[in-house]
Amino acid sequence: MSAPQTSLSHVDQGDPEVRRGQEERLSAVWATPKGWRYWTAVNNSEVGLWYICTAFAFMMFAGVLGLLIRVQLAFPDNQFLSAEAYNQTFTLHGTAMMFLFAVPIFEAVAIMILPALLGARDLPFPRLSAFGYWCFLIGGIFVCGSIFFDAAPQGGWFMYPPLSTKQGGIGADIWLLGLSFIEVASIAAAVELIVGVLKCRPPGMHMNLTPLYGWYVLIVGGMILFAFPPLIAGDFLFEMERAFDWPFFDPERGGDPLLWQHLFWIFGHPEVYIIFLPSIALLAMIVPTFARRPISGYSWIVLSAMGTGFLSFGLWVHHMFTTGLPSVSLGFFAAASEAVAIPTGIQIFVFVSTLLMGRVTRSVPMLFAMGALAIFVAGGLTGVMVAVAPFDFQVHDTYFVVAHLHYTLFGGMLFPLLAGIHYYFPIATGKMLSRRLGIWSFWLMFAGFNICFLPMHLTGLLGMPRRVFTFPGGLGWDWLNLISSVGAFVFAAGFLVFVWDVVRPKRETDAATRNPWKAGTVEWMLEMPPKPWGSRTIPKIESRYPLWDDPEFLTKYDEGRFYLSDAEEGKRETIITSVLDAQPIQCLRVSGPAVITMIAAGMLGASFIFATFHWWWLTIIATLGAMAAIIFWLWTGTAQHPEKAEKDIGLGSLVPLYISGPKSTGWWAMFITMTGDLTAFLGVVFGYFFFWTVHEQFPPGGTTAPGWQWPLVAGVLLLAAWAATWGARVVNGRGRVGLARLLLVAGPVAAAAGIAALVAGPWFSGLDPTEHAYPAIVWALVLWTALHIAVGIVMQVYCLARSVVGHMTPVYDTDIWNVALYWHFMAFTALVTTLVIGGFPYVS
Amino acid sequence: MTNRPAKVRRRPSGPARPSLVALPILLMIVAGCDGPQSALSGAGREATDVSRLFWVMLVGGAAVWIVVMGTAIFAVLQPPRGARVGNAFIIGGGVVFPVVVLAALLAYGLSMLPDWAQSGTRLKVHVTGEQWWWRVAYELPDGTLVRDANEIHLPAGEPVEFVLTADEVIHSFWIPAIGGKMDMIPGRTNRLVLTAEKPGTYRGVCAEYCGTSHALMAFSAIVHERDAFDAWLAGQAKPAVVADSVGARRGRDQFIAAGCGGCHMMRGVVELGDVGPDLTHVGSRRTLGSGILPNDRETLEAWVRNPDHLKPDVAMPGYAMLPDADIAAIATFLEGAK
Repeated sequence: MSAPQTSLSHVDQGDPEVRRGQEERLSAVWATPKGWRYWTAVNNSEVGLWYICTAFAFMMFAGVLGLLIRVQLAFPDNQFLSAEAYNQTFTLHGTAMMFLFAVPIFEAVAIMILPALLGARDLPFPRLSAFGYWCFLIGGIFVCGSIFFDAAPQGGWFMYPPLSTKQGGIGADIWLLGLSFIEVASIAAAVELIVGVLKCRPPGMHMNLTPLYGWYVLIVGGMILFAFPPLIAGDFLFEMERAFDWPFFDPERGGDPLLWQHLFWIFGHPEVYIIFLPSIALLAMIVPTFARRPISGYSWIVLSAMGTGFLSFGLWVHHMFTTGLPSVSLGFFAAASEAVAIPTGIQIFVFVSTLLMGRVTRSVPMLFAMGALAIFVAGGLTGVMVAVAPFDFQVHDTYFVVAHLHYTLFGGMLFPLLAGIHYYFPIATGKMLSRRLGIWSFWLMFAGFNICFLPMHLTGLLGMPRRVFTFPGGLGWDWLNLISSVGAFVFAAGFLVFVWDVVRPKRETDAATRNPWKAGTVEWMLEMPPKPWGSRTIPKIESRYPLWDDPEFLTKYDEGRFYLSDAEEGKRETIITSVLDAQPIQCLRVSGPAVITMIAAGMLGASFIFATFHWWWLTIIATLGAMAAIIFWLWTGTAQHPEKAEKDIGLGSLVPLYISGPKSTGWWAMFITMTGDLTAFLGVVFGYFFFWTVHEQFPPGGTTAPGWQWPLVAGVLLLAAWAATWGARVVNGRGRVGLARLLLVAGPVAAAAGIAALVAGPWFSGLDPTEHAYPAIVWALVLWTALHIAVGIVMQVYCLARSVVGHMTPVYDTDIWNVALYWHFMAFTALVTTLVIGGFPYVS
Repeated sequence: MTNRPAKVRRRPSGPARPSLVALPILLMIVAGCDGPQSALSGAGREATDVSRLFWVMLVGGAAVWIVVMGTAIFAVLQPPRGARVGNAFIIGGGVVFPVVVLAALLAYGLSMLPDWAQSGTRLKVHVTGEQWWWRVAYELPDGTLVRDANEIHLPAGEPVEFVLTADEVIHSFWIPAIGGKMDMIPGRTNRLVLTAEKPGTYRGVCAEYCGTSHALMAFSAIVHERDAFDAWLAGQAKPAVVADSVGARRGRDQFIAAGCGGCHMMRGVVELGDVGPDLTHVGSRRTLGSGILPNDRETLEAWVRNPDHLKPDVAMPGYAMLPDADIAAIATFLEGAK
């Protein structure tokens, strides 16, 4: 780059020539690749767009399955679908809507708009977003495609064992492995988004000035970290039972089908709010704009969103009210389920209150918002009903619940989402959606939705159970079902109007003007149509609605009078700020287009797909390939040494280009990922203690196998490996590179010996995992821990290699910081595993 | 259904073209109807309680919905209100009102939670969920079991304890007209106490998805007056009746020769297998195929030939290779086994 090495403080931003030069450099740096290389893009505006389109494509696929369901149930004794075809259809309808649309669309929309809301140029790990997207695409096609080969899962989206453990074919494996793979993408996105909100806010945007959408992203990201891992743990146990006959859920060998139900619903209930809160977050951006005033009760809505998120983890048993639990549990979980209505209600009332206090402008997004309110409040009220356990005894697993869940998900998720798409369409495309088509699609969808789902409440009360491929006539359900089926098609027609509006060729008159809705939040400062660089300059924020509060704001933005108005070194840059008060602490160089993320996702996808077919050798090869790709990606793309230590980012701020440790984004990403990983591990530990509670004697027969000796040796060795890694970080930081390298040799040796000792315990005591749930869960803990330690060894060796070739030095030490953090979690994991398998048999 | 008062019957055609506004009202009217499988018909104590709870919640819920939506629409149409109104609205509507209402609802609703600990000398009915039928046994006071399948008979006016489990996969036992459901889980035993009140014939179903033919797993629940129940149970305890005809006797021989007894228990005739439903009194049952088909000759023959056509993936193999005359004889025999 022959760019002038000017420090921004000396640049005259008033000079149009200077600004044109800056804009040219920014354009060059942030340019979207052309031709086939377009697909190597990693920028949030491309990845976000692909993500949204893909999620909607899966949604329409699942919607067609829904229509097939309604055709089949339009008449009693209908022969349109066979029992097997219907069971695959409803399983895939629920699975795809939940895992391939409802959760990914949150991540998709957030990846798309979050940088704009934060005035940032991109999220901190663009390649991670792209990697997550490709995982999502591959996994989604794999799961959905199965139905065309008559191989789709047919155990219901909840996959209850023993039905799903006993089922032949590969349907259940496709579900387990395909979705585990997609969950990797979900967690990757959650990491990206949490770090984005915590570290990429613009200077001055204190936590309490963060746009409400940012708060919701933070809360939902956190919920994903604690909700998805128990399901991953469950999937792990489930697949071990299916593939290797480890009897976790087989009552004849000490297993218990209810363990899966607990793990599934510990995920499944928070998931409802993981789906619902992001859509409410969109309303929290839309409602103030059209009420022409700030949100009424900012703190109320933030606190109640946190409350909803927190309480949602204490409700899962209300999906299990009819499994024969004691009345005390029923009462507790009924009360907790009612309690969640309170913070949820507050969020609704904050919107109504904002509307009351404002002068409301009518618009398509507001129309969808009002429709969402009408539907969601009704769904919430039926939720209050089903939370009363005795009422649930009647309506559980009936069409009443089908109606309830569609009311909450359509009202709480789809309608706000469509409001958001209408609202944010200009930011993605620079165009407006049609008001006329918007009104048409709204009323068709609103009417169709109610015609379809309102009668189902009654159908359920008249005794119609869920998941039935046919029903006999004469039970009072015939007309109700026919009405529902008609409504489903009316809804589909409305959705097609929306799709047409999105894809139709846009005219000149559809071009968006700047800030078309006259909003006050920072994302509307963007030029229309938006530029590839995102924010022209990263603003300094002093209020929640800067466009309303500061009349000079847009002028300052256009003249580049904030931070990072230039790309003089030809690098993609954004600002990292401190977590609470958003002081600039780093100028982060983010990565650009890459093929390696696609290769890594493809390899990882292949390993999951091969495992589905039990092609173990290919699975191992693909897994090694994925690891190699990821290592190559990290080696070439992360922790690069900048050409200078510090950079002037404007407004008199001089910040470092490289930081490591708890201030850096990488450290946070590791911390967040490992929090999720630890949660999954605790899910497996939960399994151990769950078996202890359901068996009179556990371990069975008073056995103390695997004994205390080997686990003790393993614990000591693994803690030594941890200490070596930690020590390596400390001594490396003090400049004693040689000693650090020595420790990085000792660490892997101790860790490998630790794995051997860990396996030796159950191995030499002859625990056969296929015999009973006890040896199976012991082996599961050992396997989980051993695999994690093995990854830890790879990390230690990686740091050693980085040190040897000079990439890792006492100054540039982010690698060892993050690896040491990983090992902190490994120390805890190893400690718990060895104490549980080696110690618990002696105290129980 | 003869003993039940004929309440509002839903007109098959319904009012012409219900508009969206009229729909909820229509639904309320239709809700008056009670099908043999309706949770609102109140043929049992538990169902009656829950049905009352539902109407209370429906009226309350509708009122809340109207107030919230009315306020929201008012807010859109009217000029701005002061901040004091807005905050009072959040605190009053979002906190105070729901806390009070939900506490009251919980107190009312949870008072209906059954007291499982309470136990007595009441009738016990063991029901095991199978794919896709019901294994039933009545436990007499002396501990002996009277076996049956795919029908539940109950005395009116007294609590009955169901002892529920499942063989292979999870099912759920549900007679909507009498009371709530309870899951049947392999390896676990669940208890459910229901009190049927109005004599009549109702329909029960499996409520938990249990595989291919989950939709085809129902049963008849027949509530008798006490005397009639005792008489029925005494009859049920007896061995199978072989009708006094050449056809029936030939059918019995064919039944044995074809190996039906390898799976089906037929007390007094063949007592070998216990894999499929007990057929001792199959002729007296209301339905065939576990609550899904009429109990007549034609269906019996069709079932023996190709059960898979009537219930996909059913475990029983088809006997279409038998001569028609043999199948007809078996049907005659089973029909007569009252």
